[in-house]
Amino acid sequence: MASFHGNKINPSRYSLGQIKFFAFLIPLGLVMLLPIVFMFSQALKPIDELFLFPPTFLVRKPTLENLVRLLSLKDMTVIPVTKYLFNSIVVSAAVVALSLMTSAMTGYALSKKRFRLRKLLFEINTIALMFVPAAVTIPRYLVVEKLGLINTYWGHILPLLALPVGVFLVKQFVDQIPSELIEAAAIDGAKDYVVFARVVLPLIKPAMATVAILAFQTVWNNAETSSLYMSKETLKTFAFYMTTLSTTVGNNVAGQGVAAAAALIMFIPNLIIFILMQSKVMDTMAHSGLK
Amino acid sequence: MNEAVQVTAAPARPAVKRAMKRATREELSAYAFLAPYLVLFTLFIVIPVGAAIGLSFTYFNTVQPPVFIGLQNYVNLLTQDSEFMMYVLPNTIKFALIVGPGGYILSFWLAWLLAQIPRRSRTVLALALYSPSMTAAVAMAVIWLTLFSGDSAGYLNALMLKLNLIREPIQWTQSPHYLMPVMIIVTLWNSMGVGFLAMLAGILNINKEMYEAGYMDGIKNRLQEVWYITIPSMKPQMLFGAVMAVVGTFQAGEIGVQLSGTNPTPQYSGQLMINHIADYGFIRYDMGYASAVSVVLLLIIYGVSKLAWRLFGDKD
Repeated sequence: MASFHGNKINPSRYSLGQIKFFAFLIPLGLVMLLPIVFMFSQALKPIDELFLFPPTFLVRKPTLENLVRLLSLKDMTVIPVTKYLFNSIVVSAAVVALSLMTSAMTGYALSKKRFRLRKLLFEINTIALMFVPAAVTIPRYLVVEKLGLINTYWGHILPLLALPVGVFLVKQFVDQIPSELIEAAAIDGAKDYVVFARVVLPLIKPAMATVAILAFQTVWNNAETSSLYMSKETLKTFAFYMTTLSTTVGNNVAGQGVAAAAALIMFIPNLIIFILMQSKVMDTMAHSGLK
Repeated sequence: MNEAVQVTAAPARPAVKRAMKRATREELSAYAFLAPYLVLFTLFIVIPVGAAIGLSFTYFNTVQPPVFIGLQNYVNLLTQDSEFMMYVLPNTIKFALIVGPGGYILSFWLAWLLAQIPRRSRTVLALALYSPSMTAAVAMAVIWLTLFSGDSAGYLNALMLKLNLIREPIQWTQSPHYLMPVMIIVTLWNSMGVGFLAMLAGILNINKEMYEAGYMDGIKNRLQEVWYITIPSMKPQMLFGAVMAVVGTFQAGEIGVQLSGTNPTPQYSGQLMINHIADYGFIRYDMGYASAVSVVLLLIIYGVSKLAWRLFGDKD
């Protein structure tokens, strides 16, 4: 079977035939990384390099000046940047923890519990995968206001917990667990929540890792909850602070380094978390199919 | 329920009762698990969508209570709103057609290429392609603004001047000519997201025997292999990727406002439906009208996703 190529997919070792793929993927990967490399480079540039003309892409004498300046900055209303950062960390931790809980519970129930509305609820959630929050900003604002969440941490947290894609991924993943395993535990007399905590949760760790990443990316990058629901400056998050930077950075060269340092703070946690969990994510994605 | 039909008369009654009790208990425990999410889902997704539909039939300026005006907003949208018809709709269609299918095909193609190389190098390259989508538009806006800065000291301008590609610096983000192309490039750059990962996992998970069988059935080259085996074998992931691409595309609209720093964007050149909604809702305070635009946008997204379902979904 000379023409059979199938075993070239997911090869276990390197071969000459793969050169063409590398020849394409490596340059492309580098191009894709350019803006990120630029962000690092810009963040590490001392002030005199930022003013160089013609400008240089890469930093020559890297320094942490920009980062130090950023962290000691105060905005017009004398709120230290670290306060925004603190808010972001608190809110992100809460959203990740709570969305792990809600997605796991919901995904499990939708997959393994027998109840009348099961199919319907899952279908509604699937349709909600297409939900674009920005399209209904106004009614969402009205709901948040009616619930009294304006100017509270909950205003940052609760709206982001409705994460259909998290529930969807967990449900698809729990589908892989044989029901017998759960029934066996139930017959042994284990209570419902014990089965969930002792049997189900340990088995769906990959899906949990994926939900954690998605939830973190959503909340860490989210500036809308600050700009819409928070009028008190002290409650706003770092992502919001970024949006105020982008309006000033265009005509302020000295600020570019500080802004890049801020962008770096936005980027690094996402990168680290993803690198740590990437194999679990791929495991979850294998079950992500929609039918 | 079947047991209940079979058994007759008195002795069976307790068994039926017990079965029913068990079923009820199962229902109750299901809702105990579902409750938190159902509440949040209802509050922040169902009610807002419902309210948007309701408000779209009203005139609502946030100060006075909404006044019912029937289909007036929709009529105005189609007949009066010249900005919408001249700029916003064509822009949205152009942007969506390039970024949506473009980003989707790119994602699949790159995922397929990645599947051809061994694991270790694949992981590194996949990370390089995925990492742009981790950064929020808000974070990257400052970087883009520096790169695309409009004077001759801007990085892209300086480079192109040096290479003699242009004679004078270009106002990349302020010029109506260049804003849209810049938006498209930036959005394509970060379109290798969750859908891309799902498709990569999908390709890797296809049973190798499928290929073997395909080649026995007369597949001749890799293009045929992709078309007749790879794509049909991973339809669920293709569909998930498609839905993510559609949503990502219509969500990405904020980028134009962030790059140009104004809403409306210069001469409406980068104005998309998302920006039009924000413009009417938060700048002109015509929330009823903004809601009508929202409803139209959600319908468009739903329609396009349904199309993807037609292509890749189960036929049932």
